[in-house]
Parts: sequence; structure tokens; C-alpha cells
Amino acid sequence: MDGSNDLKKVAYYPGCALEGTGHAYNRSTKAVGKSLGLELVELENWNCCGAMEVKNVDPKIQTYLSARNLSIAEDMGFDKVMAPCNGCYHNLKKAEYDLANDPKSVEVNERISAKAGHDAYKPGKVETIHALDWIKKAVGEEELAKRVQNSLKGIKVANYYGCMYTRPRHIFPEKDKGPGSESTAKPHFMDDILAAAGAENVEFPLKTACCGGAHSLSDSDMSTKLVLNIIETAEACGAEVIATECPTCHTGLEMHQVRAEKVLGRKTNVKILYFTQLLGMALGLSASKVGVQENLSDSRAFLKEKGLG
Amino acid sequence: MTFQAPLDLDGAIALADAVAASAASDTAPLEAAKQLLGAGEVVLEAWVEAAGGVPTDDEVEGYRLLALHRQGAKGNPSFNACRETCRELVYLRNVVEMSLSEGDLAQARHHLMLEAHVLRHLGLFVGGKLHESGLGDFCCSSRPLHSADSTITN
Repeated sequence: MDGSNDLKKVAYYPGCALEGTGHAYNRSTKAVGKSLGLELVELENWNCCGAMEVKNVDPKIQTYLSARNLSIAEDMGFDKVMAPCNGCYHNLKKAEYDLANDPKSVEVNERISAKAGHDAYKPGKVETIHALDWIKKAVGEEELAKRVQNSLKGIKVANYYGCMYTRPRHIFPEKDKGPGSESTAKPHFMDDILAAAGAENVEFPLKTACCGGAHSLSDSDMSTKLVLNIIETAEACGAEVIATECPTCHTGLEMHQVRAEKVLGRKTNVKILYFTQLLGMALGLSASKVGVQENLSDSRAFLKEKGLG
Repeated sequence: MTFQAPLDLDGAIALADAVAASAASDTAPLEAAKQLLGAGEVVLEAWVEAAGGVPTDDEVEGYRLLALHRQGAKGNPSFNACRETCRELVYLRNVVEMSLSEGDLAQARHHLMLEAHVLRHLGLFVGGKLHESGLGDFCCSSRPLHSADSTITN
């Protein structure tokens, strides 16, 4: 990535989930950005990235749908678009890769773009970044630490990245480039950001494990077991909070935490919060400003006890 | 406490449950850690065999588990969603051994418990993939459901 100045104002692609179940992530991401003096400009007339549904029916259609969003960012004069959802981030990255490496994807993208009446997106024009990249690169840990008003000191956090933030490796050419870059094997950007805000990150061996999100409808029991194991592992690591950076993972963790208690009789106590919610409260924002009341996982009493919100 | 070596995927998950439940007590940590790693191999053998393959006896970086994962992921990129899980199993087994060599039994037992949790995840993940689709895909990063020549863009 280029210098931090390029990241002070970026195009914003919230994606469908952040308008629905992941609304608290949308709210907290915007609030954190504002608090840090960063600007997000939402893509005009954006569309679904193709998610997993379209990709499973026809991956070339998904490539087009994501490419259209990149095309909008370019038309708006941006060379960077920030996507906080792992699914959107992954799909935009994948479209970029496919258009640079797969002639069939290029052909389909050009054909549908012509039918839709806009120029086809050409790879290399817009870089997709995640909310973690955005905050870490635009602000950095040193500056974050200076801006902290309510330290997360004493809060033990397991950082959960999910499976799409780093996979497949080939669509993330900027990762695994040594010091300062993100790792696909052991991602650490969320750890770095929350540590700067004072949190005590615990060792957590399932930080990139599958949450069974795509299983939720077809085999809820399997999703519940996968999530329960992730949550119990976090608790075994001493975590009081699981920090998330993906609306699908977050919702899955919340829903199946409740379901595990109802169906399997296994109660767990760890709180589930978006990293932007934790960071926002550390920066002095109220719990409601970062949408804590919108979470299924009720952490208000816990946060109050910790002097946050 | 000693454990029976698992014969199949369900047995591997049962072993994970048993070790997780007893890791803090009288379990011999290194022996159990090695058994968990072996159980991980049983899980991946089930995956390879279900695809009609013969599980390899090769090793990658000194571990058969990693060779089995590589074999299981060949031609099936969605299986890479458990690549780090396999590496964590190897890592945690090594931490157990290292902790014991440093005389830190508490650390060894803690990491043994984590290793059991990681094995449980591997068993559930692979079991889910086998159960859900008969070697199809449910993973977001997986292959499309339909072959290239049946898609609507052709």
C-alpha cells in the first residue's frame, strides 16, 4: 500500500450485510473513521458483490458484480475502496485477480458491462482494502495509542479473523511480504490495533478457522458445533471477548452461541464484539454510538463493569 | 490417564473431547499430544479415502499430517480452509514437548487442551464437508457447484 495520506479518504463499499444483520459494524466503522479524522465516501448505486450464492451458481457473474463496484469506485475518482465485510473484501479481491489472469472472466465482464451500458473494469485501477488495512495503515498503532481515552487495559481478547480474510492466498498479493504486512498463516492486524488500544490479546489457535457460516441454513447443527468449539476454545484461552471483523462470522458466533445453549445445553459467557466497537469505545465513543445495543450478544453489563461505553 | 487410538473420524472427535476434559488432570501430556496429532491424520485419511485416494505416508516438514493435508487439498482449494488448523495441531504438539522439556507442566497441559480443541475443529470441519455434500462444497472459497460448461455465461 502507498502512504497513509492516500488512505485518509477512500471509497466505501459497505455491502449488503452491513445494511442488515451487520449494521452495528457499519455504524461503528463510520464512527471510528470520523473519530480518527478519516473519510469514507460510499459508492454510488453499488450492488451486491455476488456473495457466496451467486458465486456458487456462476463465478463469472460474481466476478462481474464485484468488478462493477470497482468500476464505480474508479468513476468516482478513487484508487482505493474499503470493504469491511470479509465476503465482499474477498470477492472484490478475487474479481481483481480473475480479471488479471483469466481471459474468460475478462470476456464475460466485458460482455455484461456492455449490456449494462458502462465501461468494463480493467484490473489494476482500484485497490481493495479491508477495514483492518485502512485503520492500521492510515493511522497506525502509535497514533491510535495516543488517541485512546478509555484504555481496553485488562480486557482479554481473542481476535477472530474467519476463513475468508486470508484465503485463497493468491488473491492477496500484498500479504506475507514480511514486517509490516499482514500474514495469511497468522493474521495480526486486528491484534495490533486492539493492543494499541490497550487490550490484552490471548493466544488463540482458531483465529482463521471456518465458522461454518455457509452451513448455517443447510446444517445448523454442524454450524453450532463449529461455533461452540471456537467459543469454548476462546474461553479456554482466557478470553472475555471475541473480537470480529466480518459480519457473517459475527452473526454466526452470536446466533450459535445462543443456539448452543438452547439445543446443546452448553452455556458460554464470552462476549462477541466487532473490533470497531471495541476500538470506538477506547477512542471515547459511547456504547450506543458504536451500536452495542444492536448486537445479539448482550455485553452492556460487561462493558460497564470495564468502564467502557 | 491413557487413551485409545481412534479408528475413524468420529473416534478422533471423541478423543478430542476426552483429552480436553482431562488435560488439566493426570494425563501424560506428550503421549496425549502425539495421539491427538495421530488422530488428526485419521481425520484427513477419511477425507482422502472418501475421494477415492490412498492416504500418503509421505511427510511435509517432518509431519505426515501436513502431507495428508496437501494431498487432500490437491484439486480442491476449499480444503485449504483447514490448512492452518493442521499447522496449529503440529505447532501445539511441539509446544507441549517444549514446555515439558523446560519443566513447565502447567503450560504443557494448557497447550494440550488447546490442541484437543483444534483437533475437534478439524474433525467437525472435515466431517461437515463429508456429510454435507459427499465431497461437494459448502465453503465460500470453494469451487462452483456447476461445471464451467453449464454456466449461464457460456
